[in-house]
Formats: sequence, C-alpha cells, structure tokens
Amino acid sequence: MKKIYFDNAATTHVDQRVLKAMLPYFSNDFGNASSLHSLGQKAEAAVLKTKDIISDFLNCKAEEVIFTSGGTESNNTVLKSVFSDYQGHLITSAFEHPSVLDTAKFLNKRGVEVTFIKPESNGVVDYQKVLKAIKSNTRLISIMYVNNEIGTIQPIGKIGKELAEINKDREKKILFHTDAVQATYFVPMDIVRLRVDFLSMSGHKIYGPKGIGVLYIKNGIRITPLLHGGHQENGFRAGTYNVPSIVGLGKAISLLTSSEHAKEVVKIKKLRDSLMTKVLKIKGVTLNGDKISRLPNNANFLFKNIEGESLLLKLDMEGVACSTGSACASGSLQASHVLLSIGVKPENAHGSLRLTIGKDNTIRDIDHFVDVLKSIVKQLRSFSPLR
Amino acid sequence: MLYSKKVMEHFKNPHNLGEIKNADAVGQVGNPICGDIMKLYLKIKDNKIKDISFETLGCGAAIACSSMITQEAKGKTLDKALEINKDIIVKKLGGLPAPKIHCSMLAIEALKKAIKNYKEKK
Repeated sequence: MKKIYFDNAATTHVDQRVLKAMLPYFSNDFGNASSLHSLGQKAEAAVLKTKDIISDFLNCKAEEVIFTSGGTESNNTVLKSVFSDYQGHLITSAFEHPSVLDTAKFLNKRGVEVTFIKPESNGVVDYQKVLKAIKSNTRLISIMYVNNEIGTIQPIGKIGKELAEINKDREKKILFHTDAVQATYFVPMDIVRLRVDFLSMSGHKIYGPKGIGVLYIKNGIRITPLLHGGHQENGFRAGTYNVPSIVGLGKAISLLTSSEHAKEVVKIKKLRDSLMTKVLKIKGVTLNGDKISRLPNNANFLFKNIEGESLLLKLDMEGVACSTGSACASGSLQASHVLLSIGVKPENAHGSLRLTIGKDNTIRDIDHFVDVLKSIVKQLRSFSPLR
Repeated sequence: MLYSKKVMEHFKNPHNLGEIKNADAVGQVGNPICGDIMKLYLKIKDNKIKDISFETLGCGAAIACSSMITQEAKGKTLDKALEINKDIIVKKLGGLPAPKIHCSMLAIEALKKAIKNYKEKK
C-alpha cells in the first residue's frame, strides 16, 4: 500500500544528509565535549561549529545559543526561570503549546499572575490586546510564532517592535519570548527583526533528530537553570552535550539556508493549496484558521458529523498519517484547546483533521489522499445518527 | 493509546451496521459535546431481540463497542440482554484503553434505553 505522511507538524523524518553528519559522533568521535583530551576537543569543536551555524541563522551571537532537549525544555526554562520567585505577571496566549500553557498554569498556582490572550477567530492574536494587557508588574510576554495545530502565524515582530518602545519608559524591562518550534522551517527567524529576548526551537520539526532543541537567550540576561549540574553552556544548562544530535541539528539548520530549501517551500505551498481547494469542495468541510496568515504546509479542517479519531484511523488503514484535535484521540477527553480558543464549538471540534505537508510529498499524494478521504467521509457519514 | 486487535477488527468491519426501518425499539445516547452518539435499533418478537443494528458517530472504540453490543444482544431475551454489562463488552473486545472505557458504558446505556423505550411503549 502507498504510504502518505501528512503529519510533519508532529515530526519530520531525519534527512539522510543529517543522519550522515551525525553518524561519526556515536562511535568514532564519541568524546565528551567537556573533556580536555583531543577526542573531547573534537566533540567540542563540533558543538561550537553548530553554534556558529545557528547564530548565523538566527542573526545572533554564538554565545546566545544554548542546546536543550527540545522545545518543551526551552519553553519550560524561560518561564520557570523568569518567574523563579513566583512573582509578577505573565502574558501569554490561550492557544500556546502545552509546554507553555501548562507551565503558565503551574506558575499561576504558585502565585504568578497570568493573562491568557484569546486569539481572534482567524487564529491570529491581536498584538494590541497583548500590549493592552501589560501591567506595572509584567515581567514576560510569551507568544508562539506559529500555532502548532492550525499553522497561523503570530505578529511577533510587531509585538517586539511595540514592546521595545514601551520598555524605553520602564525601569524594569519586560522580556519577550517566542516558541518558534513550528516556524523554523518556513518563516524568517531573524532575532533582530523579531526583537525577542528568548526563542525556542526544536530539531525534529526541521528534518533533524528528536530530543534536541535550542534556546536563544539574549546577551546580558541571566537565567536560573532548569537543570543543575555540570558547567556546560556557561552554567545555563547542565548535562553532557548531546553531540551527535547537536551536529544533526546544525546540519538540518544549514540546509534551511540553501536554494534547494527555498524551492521546497514553494513546492510545499503549491501542494497545500491544491489540497485545500480539493478538500474544501467536500460537503460539510470548513477550514480552521486564517487562509493567508498561516504556514505554507498546514491545512486544518472541520468535518461536519464526523468524529476525528475514527476518520484518522480509517485514513491510517489506507496508509495516510495525519492528526486530529478530537477529544476522543487526546487521552484527556478534552477537545483541542486551540480550536476551542478560536471559537469552534466543542461539538464541532471533534471533527477536526490536521494535515501538514512535507518536502517529500507529491501531487499524486494529494490526489490519492483526496480520493481516499472522500470515500471514508461518505462511509462514516452513512452510519452517523446525525444527518 | 493502542487498540486491541479485536477492537480494530470491529472498527474495520462493524457488525449489524445501519438503520432498521420499522424498528420496535430505538435507544439513542451520548451527545455531540462529548463527541460520541450511539443509536441502537431493535426488532423484538416474543420478548427476544430478533434483530439489532446501530448507527454511531464516534471514535474507534465507540464504533467497536456499538458493534460488540449488537453482537452480544442479538438473539437474547430482553431480560438476558439487560444482564450484559460493560465488563463483558470490554473483555470481548480484548480490553480498551482506560480513557475509552466510557464507550462501553455508553453502549450498555443505549441498549438499556432501547429496551426501556420498548417496555414503556407496550
């Protein structure tokens, strides 16, 4: 059976070139990057080289880049570090990734004031609502760059610019963090333009390995580490450098600046547009999130009188991998907080399907998928008690 | 969240699927907000379930439980059918993931409701 992978927002595969770059660091150049002997120095050189690649990509300094285990750790580090004394006020959005949302709730229980900005119905946060929420005790604003479910792009640069003005008059500056895990492959990641103090990235959304991520910390900001131990990362993050994964992440990021990458983005967008047009022709299907201000690879639909998990399982049987915001598929029996936050009714949120295109997909994948989808939708609706 | 082989079998090829025209009893449970709606149709003769079918809007487990309850109830007297409980459904399905146990309860509820409707009508 033909296998079609449309779940690239969950994870991408590891690019063969990334894997090749990583392999020597498992068994040959295996030294601990903190060791002083030549094997250790070789590993350290690989770590430093990756920091250069990433700092070029982010337009920042190499010492502003620290490695973490991924987006979740980066996000936790920022929030728990800024509010290590559980005081002050945090502004975030209501549809952040759980690694921000749940950390914010954790801090809230311990005394931190939190404002959750509700996004607009198109899935974009109104930057003015963010600015209006600022109070005298506000210490951090954390807004995701791109929403992971509906792919909508948030006005990070705009918030950064306005915040810089507001901070001019403040004795205690408000720090600004963005979770850019979903954004990295597709949208500009220039720190100077975004004007953020912290930025989180992850390897496995950009054809790199899992379990490795980045936290950008602007020079001059001291953070309280999440993990205490060795003196890695200037004391910002303890733990032996994960050298193979760091090298893999560096390779994955270096591929994002190639002309090949630019072509991939164009191709992916064409495929997604074709997918969107074809799927929206099916009766009782609507799009979640803004059509324009969204990632070029993301489509998120609502299917009337269809439950998302059964749709996903049927698609899987036909070789198609995708994801859903249905409560039934969540383990928690809660419908997607993202869809609810943009005003989708709970009874409709169960019928959502997220498709995220990758660089290896083809137009044949799209057409085959649409055919399969049509017949599954027809079948599932044929025995729904709701008509 | 992994489904057992048996659940997937019933999900792939549900037994007793669809509407029964002129059913003697109908039981519908669930609501759109929780995401699962089950509807059972019964044909009853001499206090026995001669035929039973279902329509379900719901997840894999909801469909498998609907299929299983129809299989279990078919041919039973109404009293025997009322003895079917969620544990029997779960066991026959080779187990259900913990968050899905409520689907088996929903199936039992649907059957009870259909039989109650039938008895009230008589």
